Amino acid sequence: MIEFQDLHKAFDGKQVLQGLSLKVRDGETVVIIGYSGTGKSVALKHIVGLLHPDAGDVIVDGQAVSTLDRDGLTELRQGIGYVFQFAALFDSMTVSENLALGLRRRGLGEDEIDERIREALALVDLSGTGDQLPAELSGGMRKRVGIARAIALRPRYILYDEPTTGLDPVTSAVIDRLMVRTREHLGVTGVVVTHDMRSAYTVGDRIAMLYEGRIRQVGSVAEIQETEDAVVRQFIEGRAE
Amino acid sequence: MIEAIGRRSIAAIEAVGRVGHFIGDMVRALVDIRVWAPLAIVQMRRIGVDSIPVTLFIAAFTGVVLALQASYTFTGAVPLYFVGTLVGKTMMLELGPVICGLALAGRVGASMAAELGTMRVTEQVDALETLAYDPQSYLVLPRVIAGTVMFPMIIAFAMATGIVTGWLTSLALLDLSTPDFLKGLKLFYQFKDVWFGLFKSATFGFTITAVGCVVGLATLGGAEGVGKSTTRAVVYSAVLILLLDAFWAVVLL
Repeated sequence: MIEFQDLHKAFDGKQVLQGLSLKVRDGETVVIIGYSGTGKSVALKHIVGLLHPDAGDVIVDGQAVSTLDRDGLTELRQGIGYVFQFAALFDSMTVSENLALGLRRRGLGEDEIDERIREALALVDLSGTGDQLPAELSGGMRKRVGIARAIALRPRYILYDEPTTGLDPVTSAVIDRLMVRTREHLGVTGVVVTHDMRSAYTVGDRIAMLYEGRIRQVGSVAEIQETEDAVVRQFIEGRAE
Repeated sequence: MIEAIGRRSIAAIEAVGRVGHFIGDMVRALVDIRVWAPLAIVQMRRIGVDSIPVTLFIAAFTGVVLALQASYTFTGAVPLYFVGTLVGKTMMLELGPVICGLALAGRVGASMAAELGTMRVTEQVDALETLAYDPQSYLVLPRVIAGTVMFPMIIAFAMATGIVTGWLTSLALLDLSTPDFLKGLKLFYQFKDVWFGLFKSATFGFTITAVGCVVGLATLGGAEGVGKSTTRAVVYSAVLILLLDAFWAVVLL
């Protein structure tokens, strides 16, 4: 289980998170929605210790992330897959090498690494692209490779940072289907950060809206769709006022 | 005014703290030898072998100019075989390490800051961390170790090249014989001339690569941030090379 406990974070005096509290139960996918710049990605980065909180903490499997030392963080990260907004593929490496990097760190043999790469690329419908460089792929393909890199690790948790941003509607739908398929096949717990409501309704078991640094409302897809909270309603309907 | 001085003092103390922290992290990462050792070999080729042409080019012309300027300065007053002394001493003690160090600050330091800066702003460094790699062991240590080991080797070649071109220039243009050039070269030679130059080169290699890594990993923003980091890395490295050069001259000579 992942639990945000009263998380606070500021950058250059600007308060971004102001008491974020949220529980993500094992096996579910929680989607965090909210306006651009409200700290959704910042919250996600706290889960893997890429950012250190000013106050509060994130608890992953009973461990407070901010208290972990170098070895503790390494161990924690071995159980988490992270899909970055712009994929963050290593541009000097081929697709296969990108996938192999994390697997080598886990001490797997070369045969098993090859097997996992084949399996992960097949799951994202990119079999045969292993020898290509990221620069030779389209934006949607790069995102799928980012997902493959995360799922090849067979993590307990997958964190998706804006997985459909900047993609056309069809490619977005492909990525959504992929996230659902990943959860069904691997049974992983997921946290998805997005402001794409169609994607949120498709992949989320629950949706939480982050507003002014804390959770404004959390509930099932149906509960969010029927909300009477004016702020949440305006956001999900995409109204200017 | 007092406020500005205070702000700058705090910034300077913070910078020293950051460097101390960086070196501490680097030392801690030494235990990850299985991660950094293979990558250090790759970096040794990139930093060392690939830098040889530009370094030898600079050293060759430095040797030519040194021989000609020595002869111009000595005319009449000092025996011409002192050209060998001046070329040898200057290439080993000063111009070999410093001129090549400054040139490599541009070639190696700038490319390192640009590469790591781009990795930082495109979240590749974050991705590396989420894959359970420590950027210190994966990115920093291989570069710093390769720079510290390879710089003395490259500069040893540069010293030899400068002396050879100085000798050839003396033969061709100065009417100086090989025995006379060698006589001058051996005249005040001490083994310390060589190890001082090479030791200094190792410290330059460490400085250029460490600065390239620190500045690159601290990059903020997009392409503009990468550009600023690249410039900053070259300027900081050049200033530090000159400061270190004076420091070692005071401490070791």
